[in-house]
Amino acid sequence: MNGPLLKVQNLTKHYPLGSGLFKKTIPVIRAVEDVSFTVETGETFCIVGESGCGKSTIARLLMRLVEPTGGRVLIDGTDIAGLKKDALRAWRRRMQMVFQDPYSSLNPRLTAGQIITEPVENFECLGRRRHQALAADLLRKVGMSPEMMHRLPSELSGGQRQRLGIARALSLNPSLIIADEAVSALDVSVQAQILNLLLDLQQQMGIAFVFISHDLGVVEHIGHRVAVMYLGRIVELAPCEALFAKPIHPYTEALIAAAPVPDPTRLRLEAPVEGEVPSPVYPPSGCAFHPRCPLAVERCRIEVPPLVPMADGRVVACHVRAPATEISGNPALAGDRSILLAQ
Amino acid sequence: MLLDVRDLETHFYGDESVTRALGGISFQVNKGETLGVVGESGCGKSVTALSILRLLPKLTARTVGGEVRFHGRDILALSDREMRQIRGDRIAMIFQEPMTSLNPVYTVGRQIAEAVQIHTKASRSLAMAKAEEMLCLVRIADPQLRVNNYPYEMSGGMRQRAMIAMALACSPELLIADEPTTALDVTIQAQILRLIVDLKERTGTAVMFITHDLGVVAETCQRVIVMYAGRIVEQASVIDLFAHPAHPYTQGLMRSVPDRRRGRQRRLPEIPGIVPSLREPIVGCSFAPRCPFAIDICRDKTPALRDVGSSHAAACWRAEEVMGA
Repeated sequence: MNGPLLKVQNLTKHYPLGSGLFKKTIPVIRAVEDVSFTVETGETFCIVGESGCGKSTIARLLMRLVEPTGGRVLIDGTDIAGLKKDALRAWRRRMQMVFQDPYSSLNPRLTAGQIITEPVENFECLGRRRHQALAADLLRKVGMSPEMMHRLPSELSGGQRQRLGIARALSLNPSLIIADEAVSALDVSVQAQILNLLLDLQQQMGIAFVFISHDLGVVEHIGHRVAVMYLGRIVELAPCEALFAKPIHPYTEALIAAAPVPDPTRLRLEAPVEGEVPSPVYPPSGCAFHPRCPLAVERCRIEVPPLVPMADGRVVACHVRAPATEISGNPALAGDRSILLAQ
Repeated sequence: MLLDVRDLETHFYGDESVTRALGGISFQVNKGETLGVVGESGCGKSVTALSILRLLPKLTARTVGGEVRFHGRDILALSDREMRQIRGDRIAMIFQEPMTSLNPVYTVGRQIAEAVQIHTKASRSLAMAKAEEMLCLVRIADPQLRVNNYPYEMSGGMRQRAMIAMALACSPELLIADEPTTALDVTIQAQILRLIVDLKERTGTAVMFITHDLGVVAETCQRVIVMYAGRIVEQASVIDLFAHPAHPYTQGLMRSVPDRRRGRQRRLPEIPGIVPSLREPIVGCSFAPRCPFAIDICRDKTPALRDVGSSHAAACWRAEEVMGA
């Protein structure tokens, strides 16, 4: 297969606040601003950030559960925005979603078997026997006993419910699964079981994941590449190992420093980043992080920093740490840049 | 010693069943220390806090045994009126969700002032001045304006600061914090944790810090108790606990957290199985069905908490071998 499995170009989503029938300008929530990235076959692409950074909106845009204000989502080169009813249904087979809350995302009146075979029933009529065989097969894939197919969600534990959510997503053999905070509501011991399951499934079936999370430890563990978002924009996108070894954007740095580490002998030197995330309705001018940034200079207040490619294959949006002019002035790196942008 | 909990046992009563949420736990909190209480959902950590403060729902739950000695006096035997004098004054509590634990129809300043007035008989204006001082203490910017804010006018992090201000307004000797940062973003969590640690050092308040997050424990606590299925399975200084976990559950819990030092993209060590139901009586060690160390005795006899080092105790028949593993 040529080209990336998923390609997101300049994706933007604004939510209007109120109807504004008699107002000239309606304030909008700038949930996602000009976001671009690609996901390769079999890759785990992570999106991290704090509440309100736009990561869940991206999940909804990728599934076309909401329509974008601007930009494109291409899967295998096909723009999903142009798809009409039947084509959209067919394409949805390739992309499935796993949700955060295993309690509210399962129909409480269906049995486990009915829940996980329902996506397939949408496309073809399964006989009783095939239905049972499929349910048993899917349950085994997510490490549950086939006898569980007659249980109701209320008779299952939180971890088992999340396994059902994953089995349901697997039922159509998708190439891409979007997992929005899929392990966040789980206890750590259960979280470990589910993360292992995701790693196993990726190895066996070559599924790509868009893994959305606020938990840096989890992202570092399972991600191949990671995008850090702040107030609707990607501020740094890098291979996972490089990002955690040496964060470049001051926000990435603050985020990593803020995560508690289970090691009581570690001395915490740096003071936590001050202030809170500003409103996405009236984001700060220039770089949205500048009011909290210890490195901010005059330029950060005025100009939105572009994503600038660095030598190690990452892109960073920061006037101070990744100044655009210097890189483009350097012929070696400028060459690099054109390669990355062409991707 | 500030708080001495002995054999505390709390049951919940359902339609046909009894859930033994706390199966007799004993621990102490010393003056000025931070004690972490760690465990997964349903292990009894929040029930412990609610039992101590006698805030359990009266119709469905009852503390059926044990003592809670505060300064040597059993507070479970106090009248409701006497208990109200202690609660909020000498023992205060902060909860996970600051939106639901603040009253939405009163200003934050008035709610803090109310706590002050109940316990100190201060005048209204003096109490409001105290409220402003407390908001300043928890580092809310522009406290003179913020005292007149309603909770919905504040962000999540600011509401949690206001909750802490309210809890500390009467200079309690013990602060019980139940997952105070779990609902917050990670940069805000770091700020609140720093604030709790700073204030504890300045005021000398002892803190009982309930959390599911081992990272939070490592960064804030001096001593830790680990709970599983309504019992304490291990108790140690935070350094000893992380260096030599003596209970297989503690060990399993620590290993199942992703850790860069053990490599990325690898399968994490799992704790197999699920937490036992507390509706049926448990024979033997409650962790035995999931335990890689379990032998016959574990399935027959419940291990008591016993010393495995200086001020390090574990409820495991094979603790010494676990520590060596």
